[in-house]
Amino acid sequence: MPSVLFYLFAAITLLFGVGVVVARNPVASALSLVCSFTGLAALFISLDAYFIGTLQILVYAGAVMVLFLFIIMLLDIKAAEGRQTNYATAVGGLLLAVLFTVQIAMVLGDFKEGNKTLADQTLNLGAAASKTSLNTIKDELAEGTLPDAKLMGFTLFDKYPFQLQVVGLLLLAGTVGVVVLSKRDRGGKEEVS
Amino acid sequence: MITLNDYLLVAGILFAIGLAGVVVRRNIIVIYMCLEMMLSAANLTLVAFSRFHLVDGAPDYAAQSLVFFTITVAAAEVAVGLAIIVALFRAKQSVDVESVTKLKG
Repeated sequence: MPSVLFYLFAAITLLFGVGVVVARNPVASALSLVCSFTGLAALFISLDAYFIGTLQILVYAGAVMVLFLFIIMLLDIKAAEGRQTNYATAVGGLLLAVLFTVQIAMVLGDFKEGNKTLADQTLNLGAAASKTSLNTIKDELAEGTLPDAKLMGFTLFDKYPFQLQVVGLLLLAGTVGVVVLSKRDRGGKEEVS
Repeated sequence: MITLNDYLLVAGILFAIGLAGVVVRRNIIVIYMCLEMMLSAANLTLVAFSRFHLVDGAPDYAAQSLVFFTITVAAAEVAVGLAIIVALFRAKQSVDVESVTKLKG
């Protein structure tokens, strides 16, 4: 990926990320976050992670943010934050962010491994093809394309089948938990507070 | 050319922005969105390390599997968290974190 595109999408991700924090209106924050996540998905795709990039758009920018917008509009909180900003916390938060960024930059300055470019680390699809056992993946690798979703699915089901089932159970527990939490109390039971 | 450090720096700055948002904002929904941003920043570091650590000439799919699980857990977490926020709003008629002071000494 050309450097220009990296800088473009990194700028989109970071500027809309700042927009989430500074926007007064929660709807504007949510829409900024959608744009930020879309930029992040582009960065994922620039790292040859096509499946994860697609998932980022579908799950985060799609499903999760629609849920956020739905809740914001359900609760109708557009004017909830009309009060003055607390300048002590604003300065503290900014200082925290700057300190964290400076620390990351200093650590990365000493991280020699990190000076590799994408050109140094070209994908060797022929070598990958000779190592895989599954024929559909092997054929696509031999043709010179990266079957990202297939490799992802192969890893998930071959190496982590137990973890995949645990995550399925977690989603079930989450669904049941949400139903229980959002059920209105009809009897004399105590209110969730 | 773009190096691994560039990707890691972008992820670090994104995490810092989310952290600042969690500290500065008082609207509980915006705080929640900033938490999501921090999670995504961590995902970016994982994907970057996966691409720069080649296994047999292909990206390291163990790291991308971890990202897959993180995204799933984050989606479940958002659903539960927003249900809690709705319950909180019903009890307090507000989404300001300063309206929740019951545990304050």
